[in-house]
Amino acid sequence: MADEPKEQPPSGAPAGDKPASSSAPGSTPPAKPATAAPLAAVPPKPAAAVPAKAPVQLQTPLNNELVARVRAKFGTALVEAIEDRKQAILTVDCGKLGEIAQYLRDEEKFDLLSDLTAVDWPKREKRFDVVLNLYSFAKNERLRLKARAGNGEEVPSVSSVWSTANWLEREAFDMFGIVFAGHPNLTRILLPDEWQGYPLRKDYDIIEQDTGWVKENLGIESGQ
Amino acid sequence: MANNPITDVAGKQQTLLGADELILNMGPQHPSTHGVLRVKLKLDGERVIGSECMIGYLHRGVEKIAEHRSYQQFAPYVDRMDYVAAVSNGLGYCEAIEKLLMVEAPPRAKVIRTILTELQRIASHLLWLGTHALDIGALTPLFYCFREREEILKIFEKYCGARLTTHAFRIGGLQYEAYDTLEKDVERFCKAFEPRIKDYEDLLTQNRIWLGRTKGVGILTAADAIALGATGPLLRASGVKWDIRKAMPYAAYDQYKFDIPTGKTGDTYDRYMVRMEEMRQSRLICLQAIENIPSGPIMAKVGKVLKPPPGEVYHSIEAPKGELGYYVISDGTVQPYRVRIRPPSFVNLQSFDKMVRGHLVADVVAIIGTLDIVLGEVDR
Repeated sequence: MADEPKEQPPSGAPAGDKPASSSAPGSTPPAKPATAAPLAAVPPKPAAAVPAKAPVQLQTPLNNELVARVRAKFGTALVEAIEDRKQAILTVDCGKLGEIAQYLRDEEKFDLLSDLTAVDWPKREKRFDVVLNLYSFAKNERLRLKARAGNGEEVPSVSSVWSTANWLEREAFDMFGIVFAGHPNLTRILLPDEWQGYPLRKDYDIIEQDTGWVKENLGIESGQ
Repeated sequence: MANNPITDVAGKQQTLLGADELILNMGPQHPSTHGVLRVKLKLDGERVIGSECMIGYLHRGVEKIAEHRSYQQFAPYVDRMDYVAAVSNGLGYCEAIEKLLMVEAPPRAKVIRTILTELQRIASHLLWLGTHALDIGALTPLFYCFREREEILKIFEKYCGARLTTHAFRIGGLQYEAYDTLEKDVERFCKAFEPRIKDYEDLLTQNRIWLGRTKGVGILTAADAIALGATGPLLRASGVKWDIRKAMPYAAYDQYKFDIPTGKTGDTYDRYMVRMEEMRQSRLICLQAIENIPSGPIMAKVGKVLKPPPGEVYHSIEAPKGELGYYVISDGTVQPYRVRIRPPSFVNLQSFDKMVRGHLVADVVAIIGTLDIVLGEVDR
């Protein structure tokens, strides 16, 4: 058995991103438009979370009406619109996140914030992706909203748009150290207040943490 | 009695003279908190005027662990989040990775998955009902509920050898073929279970103490529920007819007929009624599913080493507690780049403050019970 599941390989898979070079794959669908544009122009289906079938073009540009409306309203603040495994992903300018969130909730009826989280890409210039998974009851549709933020850069809080973001942003702060501007109570939520470091960052090495702890507390070289 | 201000005999509003606010700590080891949850209550007399949940006592860094395990190795870990509904956790995880790999489980596997997951929903709701009733002071339902739950756990044990942290499914399908008498066992359970639900209802639904303790307590309006991201029975009890099994069907749910029960006021009593009805509906799904389990393979063609093509996927299922989502990013290697778990309990617990304000301390216990949280999942 091959280790990849049949079907065609990801068409324009960017060469050279293999060795865990975190810079590219997930969030930045690298330089795809050139190769995939003609194909993607044909089926601009709305993102429905149906189990993926048949040959799927991974990470293709997305051009549906929603994207057109957002682009018309916010122009260059919409950095990128793509589709990955039939799921719509919009990447927006970090500073405009609050406004766009408000627009998506009020005008586009994405009234449920399912999830808010972050991803760390340490080799990128702006290392964090803040990822919002939205759902619209009216359209029965999901949408992923992303904003890139550098280390220490403030991300506008969306807790005034969806109150559920309150705890979710606290968790992202707790795990990644991302500061959400305008958050009512940005403190650690799962870890103790005096905790040092941000565990879900890629450079937070668990082995290092472990040896550090046993050295300090047990006086031995390594607990491994 | 809920939000009424304190009034004197003439009905004139009174303020409590010299009554200082009191901070009361509940937990982390309070018998009614179902795990290590600490709640800081701000009291005025016996009325709650504010609250804060302190969580994280069970934090194990599940999402960090995922980045250091292969896709298959991580699967058993998800069972340990919501440990009273391990099968549902496993289903969500396996389906998310299948989506990432762009494979689909064979029809036979899907149906067996659906049966086991619905049994798990019943088991999870039974545990909730037993403990929730116990917290409020009704002792008997606990014994009844555990009796029936035991039957379900026996089916799990016969199927995969484990009762609680089952690791029942595999990425791509199932590891174990259904044992010979699975259909019969499920049918026997479902047949016996219907009168049992009536037994619980006889004990509680019209019980005056039960009504007094649950009606009008912890009201969550539909608008609040949506804003706070509450899902599952919480959202449905507030009157929003939304169930991921219907809205975005997964596994084999599109093949079966079932209703989505909803409530009107969104109080503790409505949530009780919604969950009771959900048990009935799950029972119906199981009965329909065992009618016709397709034959064929139980495993899709996936390799021994899983290397999903780079990209990302968000997949969520309707777990007994609400929307359980997995957001998985692959960088093309054998280990996931990032696994984010959207736990229903964590998000639902956020509505606690909204629900508890204005109520008495005794109602706090009822409200924690009605949220149906599992701290293993809240803290991860």
